[in-house]
Amino acid sequence: MLNIKILGSGCANCKKLEQITRQIVAEFAVEAEIIKVTEYPEIMKYNILSTPGLVINEKLVSFGRIPAAVEIRAWLASVPL
Amino acid sequence: MTNTANLAPKNKRFANLAVFGLVGLAALGWLALYNILEPFANWLAFGVLALPQESRLGEALAFFFYDVPKIILLLGGMIFLITTLRSFFSPEQTRAWLGGKREGLGNFLAAALGVVTPFCSCSAVPLFIGFVESGIPLGVTFSFLTAAPVINEVALVLLFGLFGWQVAGLYLLSGLAIAIIAGVLIGRLNLERYVEDFVWQVKNNGQSVVGYKPTWYERLKNSWQSTQEIVGKVWLYVILGIAVGAGIHGYVPESALAGILGKNAWWSVPAAVILGVPLYSNAAGIIPIVSALMEKGAALGTVLAFMMSVVGLSLPELIILRRVLKPQLIAVFMVIVSLAIIFTGYLFNWVL
Repeated sequence: MLNIKILGSGCANCKKLEQITRQIVAEFAVEAEIIKVTEYPEIMKYNILSTPGLVINEKLVSFGRIPAAVEIRAWLASVPL
Repeated sequence: MTNTANLAPKNKRFANLAVFGLVGLAALGWLALYNILEPFANWLAFGVLALPQESRLGEALAFFFYDVPKIILLLGGMIFLITTLRSFFSPEQTRAWLGGKREGLGNFLAAALGVVTPFCSCSAVPLFIGFVESGIPLGVTFSFLTAAPVINEVALVLLFGLFGWQVAGLYLLSGLAIAIIAGVLIGRLNLERYVEDFVWQVKNNGQSVVGYKPTWYERLKNSWQSTQEIVGKVWLYVILGIAVGAGIHGYVPESALAGILGKNAWWSVPAAVILGVPLYSNAAGIIPIVSALMEKGAALGTVLAFMMSVVGLSLPELIILRRVLKPQLIAVFMVIVSLAIIFTGYLFNWVL
């Protein structure tokens, strides 16, 4: 199962990233748990200074920007299931 | 946000070339427009509306017709350049540069990086925690956090457009000086105990973070989007401000304000700062008004102090920082920055 985390305190970009990610996960038809991480101590564990961050199976794949759908698809495809 | 990640290298080069061509064309169009503004404004006020030359209404309207498109054009062009420059910096890179720097040099570097690092107030908290956690001294962190809002890109462009490059330069330099002084003082006062306790307990997982390097196509496209966003947010305030300024320009007699906002009124600098701190979102509208006030005898130092207190100490940012700072530290920060701004105001009134 995929474990996906959206890191961000609720800014506009964090919400956009969450929405895009949910859409793409639905396309993949895999079981995935999408968690919004909004508490700073928890966000800061990933060593980032700019939000939103995207974490797939505990690996930080992007931060400080909204990645393109093609990038997110590639990251999801490369996760060993 | 579109992205060229899915393109082959050859197509990426093509996208870059195409966007360079587009930006070049836009720059030419921009220059052409900028150069016909003044004749156009005069033609509109004195030709089309047939207002008599030297009339108050005619002067006020010509001023308005010239300043509005000029400032909007300047804002668009310069914000685009500034955001493109900023795309080469990132908070993560800035943290790496500031790591292990001594006080003094560190404060200077932090203030300078505060101007160019892209930073939105929603990232102020992670940035603060990340800096402190990686061992950057509190004072150096504050130099960064002061410079970022005090030196505001919209204010900088408006000062350049309405007062000229000298005043814009003075604003930039005094903003840097204020950020450095505020950071050094906060560092010396040993206020670490007034940082919320959880901040000191944050530990990262040791994964190194590597920033994304955008292509030119993405860089310029993002700059264009941010430019639209910023200009879209302030244009109405700019027009309202210029309208009020045009009224003052046409109707208020020369040196009417020398008595209350001039150099010799010692109390005007602190009064301007006290008035400026609670005013926040209207920075874009305030500068055109103060530019008109200056023509009527207000002193430059007083005007700059007012401006910096409007943009530098903003309530929304202080509320966000409250999550990591105890009220005592926020109060100290506000007092130090206000005093530094007042001091700068006096300095300019005295020197110029």
